[in-house]
Amino acid sequence: MKKYSVFSLIKNAFNKHQDWDVAWRDPEPKKEYDAIIIGGGGHGLATAYYLAKEYEIKNIAILEKGWIGGGNIGRNTTILRSNYMHDANNLFYDHGMQMWKDLSQELNYNVMYSPRGILNLAHSDAQLNAYSRRGNSMRLNGIEASLLGREEVRKIIPFADFTDNARFPIFGGLMQSIGGTARHDAVAWGYARAADDLGVDIIQHCEVTGFDIVNGSVQGVQTSRGFIKTNKIGLCVAGSTSILAEKLNMSLPIESHVLQACVSEPVKPLLDGVVTFGAGHFYCSQSDKGEMVMGGDLDGYNSYAQRGNLPTIQHVLTEGVALFPNLSRLKMLRSWGGIMDMSMDGSPIIDKTHIEGVYLNCGWCYGGFKATPVSGLTFAHTIATGEPHKLNAPFKLDRFHTGHLIDEKGLGTKTWIS
Amino acid sequence: MLEIKCPYCGRRSQNEFSYGGDATVKRPKLNKDISDGEWDEFIYYRKNPRGIHLELWHHTSGCRQWFKVKRDTSTHEIVKTFMIEEESQ
Repeated sequence: MKKYSVFSLIKNAFNKHQDWDVAWRDPEPKKEYDAIIIGGGGHGLATAYYLAKEYEIKNIAILEKGWIGGGNIGRNTTILRSNYMHDANNLFYDHGMQMWKDLSQELNYNVMYSPRGILNLAHSDAQLNAYSRRGNSMRLNGIEASLLGREEVRKIIPFADFTDNARFPIFGGLMQSIGGTARHDAVAWGYARAADDLGVDIIQHCEVTGFDIVNGSVQGVQTSRGFIKTNKIGLCVAGSTSILAEKLNMSLPIESHVLQACVSEPVKPLLDGVVTFGAGHFYCSQSDKGEMVMGGDLDGYNSYAQRGNLPTIQHVLTEGVALFPNLSRLKMLRSWGGIMDMSMDGSPIIDKTHIEGVYLNCGWCYGGFKATPVSGLTFAHTIATGEPHKLNAPFKLDRFHTGHLIDEKGLGTKTWIS
Repeated sequence: MLEIKCPYCGRRSQNEFSYGGDATVKRPKLNKDISDGEWDEFIYYRKNPRGIHLELWHHTSGCRQWFKVKRDTSTHEIVKTFMIEEESQ
């Protein structure tokens, strides 16, 4: 791999950028691999990268049914944060936040990491109390958080509705100043390029159609491009997890739901960080191109369609306009949907399964993007050693049997209620 | 927008309805020994097919009846709706 640098940029400028290497190869699948990762999204690419880099497994393939960057890694709203309450989530996601800091250097690819702060707004005294509890929980785990009053919030977002007749008056908010954004496509491309450089075969347009299981241990996978032998398989397929689990005769505590996001036409710099509305489900940031990037609720019914319906967009934007009245004058540029693997307690599952050599990474609900590096690292550890990393040890599959749930929001099993 | 045919009120916009999830989940029978596994199944495990899904919907802003909907999760096409006690085949 030729290193990207200011010098390579200048050098290639003289050739009118005709001589850049391809970022990753397009290899034919080999007959056998030491490990196969199914799913070439962010988590799959990161898992393969850390397997090759940290755990010395070199003969790895990633099988992707579509193309790199076409799934949820290219469909999310790019937000990074670790503002959780439970220890398991706090420690896990914050390790991820530390990894984001150096990711561009680590991958030699600019992921446009931008720690511009995430602000959760409170619209009542009770909500501010709840945020103060969450902030304290974060600080006990060594994560910076600060509770802001109404006037401090006004300094950050003066264009929010601070009038006397605001439907949901702003009481204050919880700020995590190292929260922010990173460019989602660059994360996919950066991990793909770096994994390819370590010898990982990224095989696109290759669908897994079945598994060979003998005496409870995996021997290989059947794919649309033939049988491939392997003894270790990692599933990183987000919303499609239940489809592959069915081929393994496994039932999972997962429902697949469509989540939409949308962007407005680009405008001049307006919003610096990420802001979430506390009286409903709406969040907003501004991309480097100037588009307002917005998202909110699930559509609220099982779906694999990767597209949703307009009532949800209308509902989310109504909340947006209640918070930022000036949004009402913007035209929407586009909206899209992705399929979320909603787990029954809102937290992910990174674990081995009852089948020897089959490992599971799923249940990311709304929040998989920010976990991309740490999910890859801990899942690689789990696959390589057969035991969970201490950070993903709480995210076991059998917690739904033992009762050790990590229900951050206390919502229970009705994933479509938000 | 989805248009859902309530078995009692006819076709209405999705805004009037709320979702109730997998309609095939069965509560374990009372007054007999129930294993932990049966409770797990009832509480946490769902059918999650890509394709035809039998699910519950509630006509929240209408007649307030629960009913069953057979819907394709890959296209959002609604194949048929049923009253709750109706055979859904």
